[in-house]
This record gives sequence, structure tokens and C-alpha cells, in this order.
Amino acid sequence: MDVIATYALRLGDDSLILGQRLSEWCGHAPALEVDLSLANIALDQVGQATHFLNLAGELEGKGRDGDALAFRRDVMDFTNCLLVEQPNGDFAQTIARQFLFSHYQALLFEQMAAVKDTRFAAIAAKAAKEVAYHATLASDWVIRLGDGTDESKARMVAGLAWVWRFADELFAMDAADAAAIEAGAGVDKSALRGAWDSRVDAVLAEATLARPAPHRATTGGRIGRHSEHLGHLLSEMQFLQRAYPGATW
Amino acid sequence: MYTTDMSGNKKAEVVAEDPEELAAFEARVANDEFIEPKDWMPEAYRKTLVRQMSQHAHSEIVGMLPEGNWISRAPNLRRKAILLAKVQDEGGHGLYLYAAAETLGTSRDEMTEALLSGKAKYSTIFNYPTLTWADIGAIGWLVDGAAIMNQVPLQRTSYGPYARAMVRICKEESFHQRQGYEIMMHLAVGTPEQKRMAQDALNRWWWPSLMMFGPPDEKSPNTAQSMRWRIKRDTNDELRQKFVDITVPQAEAIGLTVPDDKLKWNEERGAYDFGEVDWEEFAAVVRGEGPVAKERLQARQKAWDDGAWVREAARVHAEKRANAKVAAE
Ligand SMILES: [Fe+2]
Ligand SMILES: [Fe+2]
Ligand SMILES: [Fe+2]
Repeated sequence: MDVIATYALRLGDDSLILGQRLSEWCGHAPALEVDLSLANIALDQVGQATHFLNLAGELEGKGRDGDALAFRRDVMDFTNCLLVEQPNGDFAQTIARQFLFSHYQALLFEQMAAVKDTRFAAIAAKAAKEVAYHATLASDWVIRLGDGTDESKARMVAGLAWVWRFADELFAMDAADAAAIEAGAGVDKSALRGAWDSRVDAVLAEATLARPAPHRATTGGRIGRHSEHLGHLLSEMQFLQRAYPGATW
Repeated sequence: MYTTDMSGNKKAEVVAEDPEELAAFEARVANDEFIEPKDWMPEAYRKTLVRQMSQHAHSEIVGMLPEGNWISRAPNLRRKAILLAKVQDEGGHGLYLYAAAETLGTSRDEMTEALLSGKAKYSTIFNYPTLTWADIGAIGWLVDGAAIMNQVPLQRTSYGPYARAMVRICKEESFHQRQGYEIMMHLAVGTPEQKRMAQDALNRWWWPSLMMFGPPDEKSPNTAQSMRWRIKRDTNDELRQKFVDITVPQAEAIGLTVPDDKLKWNEERGAYDFGEVDWEEFAAVVRGEGPVAKERLQARQKAWDDGAWVREAARVHAEKRANAKVAAE
């Protein structure tokens, strides 16, 4: 796959895997309103995934579409960040994951909406509105849970502690990023870190939560080195396509 | 049906009401006027409505489970998005219906407790398992299809908030029905395995779908009262017949066979004759003995229990905010 296709693939994989995770909540959330909001975010993510994966397939030029990419690759070919494949855990862990990721996605798509390559810019412009809302929703819950009861605070602290080691990977740059920027499709993610830190810190302060202690970054998702969780997610998600090769649905 | 009376053969108890108020109320209803939350209404009307509306709301919520079971395994991105949106719609229906039922003075928490304790019922149909992807097609086609049949007339039901909730809900249910049928259509022209999957789903969902319309008319003692109050507008058997007449040609059109030896077009009646529903099975499912009834209630109970700390945190946080605001003023 060429580097620009890989760049689209990474964006699509992030959205796909997070959408898959969030949809596990459907019908089981702590309150009906929460169920609807989580399903909303999941739907937005699946929509973004569809756009980016179709684009990746197009750029690759080997006749694979978004579905082929989503349902016919194995773990080592998935390029999502490790954060999004983390299990839902309790509601606090789900919110912690969403909080870190949505603020990153919001900053990313704000910038990407202005890149030269109109294919990337168009998807990002639409997605920017969606993820800005996700970031607000997640932040509101971080504040509610952090500044709620003793139990909710303890759970929020534990949720953040679980996901914090995956934050650095969001901003890591490599050759695909450099090529995408060069081609007018990509965004300098390392430059988003300052704004992300201040947005996240402001919410944590309002939530009366301390920023988790620094942790050596756990990385590898972008080059197919994942956690053990991803294989299980894929085996479920890809079941029908694997069990009935060649069938259309 | 989501709204069929499953209270068994008990006659609604009669409470003495002021005869003049009662007469005025009956006249308004007979005149097809809407009754609004602040209007006077007989106690039995209020009770019947709370039972019917909360049962409908619970059905939407419990109904999220069998279909939710396939979101993570949907076969492609488009189907995944459609199913996720559908299940989310059902949650939205539950929300409107709880809100409409709350206008009668029963809180959502009370209704939820009644569901979890087994006191309140939900549609029998959701006590059957979803085993293959074709079940998602069958549910949309048959279950949403049957729901529409009952709910379209309820858009003109006498209680205003219920009627208005129904208008919004019906639009979405007919989408669901078409999407479900479209899944079945696709499977029916697919590989032999897919066709087998579709036929198997129809075999399993057909009779439970007919049960959704409730017991036969002669065993549905509250129907007359509910029809007089415009809470119900057609009898169970009328709706069941209508469903069969509409659905059988749809099955034939895609080459699927309805699993009923007695099914036969009756030229004279201009309707299908069909076999007898297994009413013993229906009664058992109403009693809570359906194949996956325990799993359904367990899932709702778990969501409720696991979510308790979240709801409590939200409440405490809102209180802190309110207090801080008062202190600042
Ligand atoms: Fe519904
Ligand atoms: Fe419904
Ligand atoms: Fe529906």
C-alpha cells in the first residue's frame, strides 16, 4: 500500500475499531439517554470509517473497498492506535478512552478540513462537527464522574490510569505522516499536542481530577503491533465474512 | 403486539366514578377528542393506559437486546450502520413512550422497577433468540411489520401524548420494516446457505410474530372496553388476519415458504385461512417462560445495577452544581 493509502487506512481503522467497541454498549448502558449518546458516537465513527476505508481502497487501487479492508484483514494489517481497541471496561473507562481520543480527533479534523487534498478535507470537515460534539459529551461525563461521588471519582481515576499510556501514540509521527503532509493530505499531529494538553487539563481541573502520572508510552498500533484485545474484536466483527466467503449481504 | 393486553383473563376492576364526569369523558372520547394529561379521566382508563404504554416502552427497550446481539457481527459497514441506527431508534421510542406514560403520574424509575420485578410485561416476541444474521431481517420484516399494524391506528388513540408519540414512532417503524425485508430479499437471492438461513429465520419467527397480536378475540375480555375508550381500534384477530394477508405475498415474492400447512387463500372471504397459533406456548411466554426470557431480564437487570453508580454520580454532581449556583447568588 502506498503511504497516502496507509494514511487513510489508519484514520479509517481508528474510527472502525472505536465504533465497534462503542456499539458493544448498545442496549446495556447505565441509562437510556446514555445508551442513545453512545450509539450516536458509534454511528458517527462507523460512518467516518466507511469514508476513510473506501478512500484507502481507492488510493490502493487493487479493487478492495471499505468492506474488504474492514472484514478481510488480520491483526497485523490493522493500523489503528492502541487506545481505541481497549476494552470498554466500566462506564468510566469507556469515557476516559473517549475523552482522550475525541479531543485528539477534534483537533486533527479541524486541521485536516483545510488540507489541499479535497478527498481528505471533505471527510474531515463533516467529521469535525461530529467529533467536537463527542469531545464535549466525554468531557461533561469526566466532570460529572470526577466531581460526583467517591465511587465515581475512584472509577474515573482508574479509567484514566488504564488509558493514559496510550495517549502518546496519538501524536507520534512517522514516514506515512510525513508523506501525507507533503502530499497535502495530512496534518502534523505532533503540533496538536500542546492544544490537546491544555484542553484535557482544563477538563481534569474542573473534574477535580489530577492528571495521571507519566507512563512510558505503549505503542505499535500503527505498524500492526496490537494488544491481545484486537484479535477477539476482529474474530467477532469478521465472523460472517469469514464463515461465508464470497457471499454478499 | 407491543400493546396487546397481556393481563390475562381478568376483567378490569370497576371503580365507582362520578357519573356526570364519566359521561362527559365518554362523550369526548366517542367524539374522537384527545384527552390531555390535566383532563379528568376515569381511574381505570389511567391504569389501562399506564399498563399499555409502559408495556410498549419496555418492549422497545427489551427489543434492543435481540437485535443488539448482532451489531458487532453485522456483515458489512452499511448493514452495521443501519442496524445500529435501528436499535438506537428503538431506544428513542422507549424514551418517548416513557415520557408520555410519565404524564399519567408514574415515574420512569417506577416503571423500570416493575419491569425488573416481572410485574410489568413486555412483548412476548423478544423472548426468542436471534441465532443468525437472517434473524435481523426477519425481525425487521415481521416484528416491526406487526408492530406497525397495531400502531398506525394508535396515532389516533384517545390519549394525546400517546397518540403524538405514535406518529413519530410509526414513521421509523415503517423504515425498519422495509430494511428488514430488504435483508431477507438479499439473502433469498444469495448463496444456498444464505437462502437456507432466511427460510430458517422465517420458520422460527412466523408463529411468534402471529402471537404478537395477543389472544383470540373471545379470550380478550378487555378489548371491548379498550375499543370504546379508543385505546385500541381493532381487535386482535382482525389485526392478525390483516398481517397474514399482507405478509404471505411478501414471503412468496422472495421465494420463501410460510411454515403453515393450513395456509390457503380463501376466495370467498378474500383473505387467507391459516392454522391455529400454539396458545399454550403463548401463555407460557406471557408467564415469563419464553426461551430466553431469563437472559433478557438478566441483561436489563445487569445494565440497571451496573449503571447505578453512574446515575447516582450524575445526580450528586447536579446537586453540587445547583448548590454552588445558589451560594454564588
Ligand atoms: Fe420501535
Ligand atoms: Fe413499537
Ligand atoms: Fe422498530
